[in-house]
Amino acid sequence: MNLTFFDQFSSPSLMGIPLILISMTFPALLLPSPDNRWITNRTSTIQLSMINLITKQLMTPLNKKGHKWALILTSLMIFLLLINLLGLLPYTFTPTTQLSMNLALAFPLWLATLLTGLRNQPSASLSHLLPEGTPTLLIPALIMIETTSLLMRPLALGVRLTANLTAGHLLIQLVSTATIALFSTMPAVSLLTLLILLLLTILEVAVAMIQAYVFVLLLSLYLQENI
Amino acid sequence: LPAAVLLKDTKLMDVKLGQLGSWLAMRDFTPSGILGAVRRGYDRYYNKYINVRKGGIGGVSMVLAGYIVLSYMWSYSHI
Repeated sequence: MNLTFFDQFSSPSLMGIPLILISMTFPALLLPSPDNRWITNRTSTIQLSMINLITKQLMTPLNKKGHKWALILTSLMIFLLLINLLGLLPYTFTPTTQLSMNLALAFPLWLATLLTGLRNQPSASLSHLLPEGTPTLLIPALIMIETTSLLMRPLALGVRLTANLTAGHLLIQLVSTATIALFSTMPAVSLLTLLILLLLTILEVAVAMIQAYVFVLLLSLYLQENI
Repeated sequence: LPAAVLLKDTKLMDVKLGQLGSWLAMRDFTPSGILGAVRRGYDRYYNKYINVRKGGIGGVSMVLAGYIVLSYMWSYSHI
């Protein structure tokens, strides 16, 4: 009974073919395909307006050199958003619950921001390790602490996304199991649990969107410091 | 008199029953071939239901429903 709750996170495979690839590439089918028309269909218009909104929001705090990152940050945002939201449908598999995938997304991008900063403006990016106005005696300790926090960033990015989504899916499964188990004995309590399930699902939809946003926002923040 | 068409180029509706085996054997089953077939099938669906002037919520919902059914089929053994 205990182990079956985690079965939903095992990578599905059919006759040895990993199906995680299909879960990752399916969102591409839902996105607007380029059309030569001036006015596209309704779905494309809505999606493109959302993408424009996201890109403007992400690129406003960045200077001109940072605008080279527009494509990758926007596509990352759309990717995470769609994958998280699709995972809330019944029986679907969410690739972002796998820590391997989130770390694979977070680590190279964080490293890219760090190396950009170190290469283009080495002294300015190193100076971020020491906040202004610290007492002289504290300087060695503080530099160690800041370096550790800098090195923890990719781990935090990956683990945050994984933990939030995994916890959400697990909670939904637990509460729904409780609802069904209680239905035969105490219907009133079962109704209460159903209400909790409803609220939880709304929360999960919000969390799915927020986590994607936070991931990309933090990356753009690390970029702002370094570019 | 219609010009003779190669078996490779005939559409599925024009293939005779006896030729079905050889027609299937000639299809492209490489990963890029399968991807191309999925893309072509989806393009047909997209242009019929989503890429229309007053498309509603039904076009995208059918895609999502199909995805749910597909995921159910894959995870049936885990349930």
